[in-house]
Amino acid sequence: MVLVLALGDLHIPHRAADLPAKFKSMLVPGKIQHIICTGNLCIKEVHDYLKSLCPDMHVTRGEFDEDTRYPETKTLTIGQFKLGLCHGHQVIPWGDLDSLAMLQRQLDVDILVTGHTHQFKAYKHEGGVVINPGSATGAYSSITYDVNPSFVLMDIDGLRVVVYVYELIDGEVKVDKIDFKKTATTHATH
Amino acid sequence: MISSDGIEDEEKWLAEGIAGLQQNAFHMHRSLVPIPKPNPNFVRLNFNSRFLDFQFVVVLLKDSNNLRDALKYSAQMLSELRTSRLSPHKYYDLYMRAFDELRKLEMFFKEETKRGCSIIDLYELVQHAGNILPRLYLLCTVGSVYIKSKEAPAKDVLKDLVEMCRGVQHPVRGLFLRSYLSQVSRDKLPDIGSEYEGCYSACEFILFGDPELRPAIGLSGLQGPAREKEKREKERSELRDLVGKNLHVLSQIEGIDLDMYKDTVLPRILEQVVNCKDELAQYYLMDCIIQVFPDEYHLQTLETLLGACPQLQPTVDIKTVLSQLMERLSNYAASSAEVLPEFLQVEAFAKLSNAIGKVIEAQVDMPVVGSISLYVSLLTFTLRVHPDRLDYVDQVLGACVKKLSGKAKIEDSKATKQIVALLSAPLEKYNDIGIALKLSNYPRVMDHLDNGTNKVMAVVIIQSIMKNNSCISTAEKVEALFELIKGLIKDLDGTPVDELDEEDFKEEQNSVGRLIYMFYNDDPEEMLKIISVVRKHILTGGPTRLAFTVPPLIFSALKLVRRLQGQDGDVIGEDMPATPKKIFQLLHQTIEALLSVPAPELALKLYLQCAEAANDCDLELVAYEFFTQAFILYEEEVADSKAQVTAIHLIIGTLQRMNIFGVENRDTLTHKATGYSAKLLKKPDQCRAVYACSHLFWVDDQDGVKDGERVLLCLKRALRIANAAQQMANVTRGSSGSVALFVEILNKYLYFFEKGNPQITSSVIQGLIELITTEMQSENSTPDPSADAFFSSTLRYIQFQKQKGGVMGEKYEAIKA
Repeated sequence: MVLVLALGDLHIPHRAADLPAKFKSMLVPGKIQHIICTGNLCIKEVHDYLKSLCPDMHVTRGEFDEDTRYPETKTLTIGQFKLGLCHGHQVIPWGDLDSLAMLQRQLDVDILVTGHTHQFKAYKHEGGVVINPGSATGAYSSITYDVNPSFVLMDIDGLRVVVYVYELIDGEVKVDKIDFKKTATTHATH
Repeated sequence: MISSDGIEDEEKWLAEGIAGLQQNAFHMHRSLVPIPKPNPNFVRLNFNSRFLDFQFVVVLLKDSNNLRDALKYSAQMLSELRTSRLSPHKYYDLYMRAFDELRKLEMFFKEETKRGCSIIDLYELVQHAGNILPRLYLLCTVGSVYIKSKEAPAKDVLKDLVEMCRGVQHPVRGLFLRSYLSQVSRDKLPDIGSEYEGCYSACEFILFGDPELRPAIGLSGLQGPAREKEKREKERSELRDLVGKNLHVLSQIEGIDLDMYKDTVLPRILEQVVNCKDELAQYYLMDCIIQVFPDEYHLQTLETLLGACPQLQPTVDIKTVLSQLMERLSNYAASSAEVLPEFLQVEAFAKLSNAIGKVIEAQVDMPVVGSISLYVSLLTFTLRVHPDRLDYVDQVLGACVKKLSGKAKIEDSKATKQIVALLSAPLEKYNDIGIALKLSNYPRVMDHLDNGTNKVMAVVIIQSIMKNNSCISTAEKVEALFELIKGLIKDLDGTPVDELDEEDFKEEQNSVGRLIYMFYNDDPEEMLKIISVVRKHILTGGPTRLAFTVPPLIFSALKLVRRLQGQDGDVIGEDMPATPKKIFQLLHQTIEALLSVPAPELALKLYLQCAEAANDCDLELVAYEFFTQAFILYEEEVADSKAQVTAIHLIIGTLQRMNIFGVENRDTLTHKATGYSAKLLKKPDQCRAVYACSHLFWVDDQDGVKDGERVLLCLKRALRIANAAQQMANVTRGSSGSVALFVEILNKYLYFFEKGNPQITSSVIQGLIELITTEMQSENSTPDPSADAFFSSTLRYIQFQKQKGGVMGEKYEAIKA
């Protein structure tokens, strides 16, 4: 069992002062094995904070990131799953599932994690999953109105991944769960 | 009493004294066996026999060898205390040993009286000891048993003892003797109101001894050679310890109630303290008084106690004394809510404040750090005792400002530390910046800090706000806050920030950025005022700061725009100031300021954000203007090729979402965007940007934007660029490049095929698939596993769509893959 924290679009300090206190108290060091961050942190302090939660951290570049060294896309393998990471402002139309599916094929991944729209989404698509963890700070977005802060925790176990989405709605943390099983034939055969 | 001989000699003398003492104590122990039976032949002696020899008197007692021996050896033992050769410190060592032995003797006396031996007789008997000092120790020992027996009025016994103790004139021996008396009689000094009433006056004597001895407490040790002086200082401090001990004993006498303390004890002690005229002694004694007596006594005698302060020597460290007093009272106040009315009743704050003012006024030479630390103590006091009295807090700060006024900025690091403590205290207490903002003297105190510390304090303030998640809700408060943190907002006194580490500077400025998100008001009018205030201040920050502070301001304003979006400004009237239009004007001018940084890429992104927000507000011209600005920046200022790629994606992405533009405006902008795309430096970037532009001509939820032909033009253009890219690779590397771009374009074809673009037919797609397959099998091609995987997954997708059946399945049926 591996826990992967997926989050992004914090936009600190451009659009938010900090992560919600309730999230901060949930995110404690030592529980998470990997962090994947879609980008727009935007500053080093936030990077350092996330790194303190888990040193194994993968970040792609959002358009507002001060650190320009983050790659545009990144793939990594966790257990039986291949994950792809991209901020998403490069994928036009923004947030468009069909266009994201193309990126998923391009990166040849089981799970594609992107951001940019600040709206939590998780689709099963062509035997894979496309996830947008939303904005961890509930940052303003020109795309999405009334953004609730949210992040995603993935529990990867064998061929199964359980995607938990944590959303802060009116001061309360709501948790939702999406189950996904990979069929052995999906990509592994190639 | 101090010999000029060395320390070694003193050690030797002490060792000798201890040896003598132990030897006699040994013999004494042997005789401390109870006398076999009551002694009927005990001879009563009268006072006159005091001068008879011990031995002689005791032989008069039949069967009383034990007692006689006990007295003889104990007297001999105590003779060791007659030495003048030891310093108080060493003498104390000897004294403590004798003290332990005397406890045993006291027990013995107690036993004896129980067995019928008359205490009065014992009392008389011990007076026959040959030397005055052993005699008095023995007398005190018996005397304590005597008082307890209640055979005589305690007052008389004590008075007798005290009188006799006067006989010892030597300062050290006298003090230790009185210390002994106070110690052995402590638990016996009785309650007031009982039959012992009046004995407290004796306490006064215990405390300070004979007036002649008083100088010994405060020996002015300033004469003589340095070595002597040092020694004398030490000695003096040891003596003070002893007096302190006596004070402590006094405080533990239960008989002293508040009235007595107020009317007699404290005034008399203070009189003695003032009279001793020795700075160290005065400091020490004041400190002792504060530490040993109960809190409520201090509270009720504040006036008296504080009244003594100005009478002390000018060099006395009175600030520490007062600080300690205030600390004690603060703790007392914190101990229970029930005691608070007492504080109000005695007007503690006014009295303390007054006393501090007088001390600072009187001690002109007191360093700044001293007076500020006094104010810190007073502030701590009032925050604990009168948390509701903000006027007190402001008053303390005001007094501090007064003290600092006319002085240059404080450079002394200790003093600035105290000022930071002073300014931090209200923040820590109230956890609400709103409180600090109400204190008119708060910024005035900050003005006296040097620039560095001023900034430190500003950071402390921001941290406090963040920690408490305090919302600052009015423009007025925001204005006041910016006054407090101006050290972070702009260069003070024109000094540039070059001395600062870049990382630190970033952190500071980012904290200002975060702070902007703590300003909020539900009322859009007030919120706009807040934003205007923020804008006014951050624009003074100069190029180095703007890149950090402008984006938060812009997004904060865009959030406000979104709130106003649903409202129609015209309904409410022309002069309604908070309209999206007005805010956009403000935003426009604010982003412009970024050009001085220069930060064209950032400005471009912000313009695009504004354009999209204006779109949502149905403000076509405003949106167009923002786009124009973004394009100008792109053309003139964004030079870095990587930055151009990002900018182009953002331009296309934003433009794709715009639904407000009329045909003409839209055409102008899409034309520009496509043009820029085709001019990117690297072919692959060009290709990707161009195929992305296809989405500008086909938008799902906009019926007017479904231009299949132009979509196809874009995709064909992208193919040409991909071809060119491959040829370029051929020339430069001798092999054709990756086919990845073709696969990407294939996916775009599939996308529009699914969307129902009539220009994208299955045969076009079929052709493209074959092209890619050929390319991949060509001998020239560079193996690219990721492109292969991409192509495979694309073909798999086509299969997937076929198998899905339905309309989509039928559509895909024609494609062979």
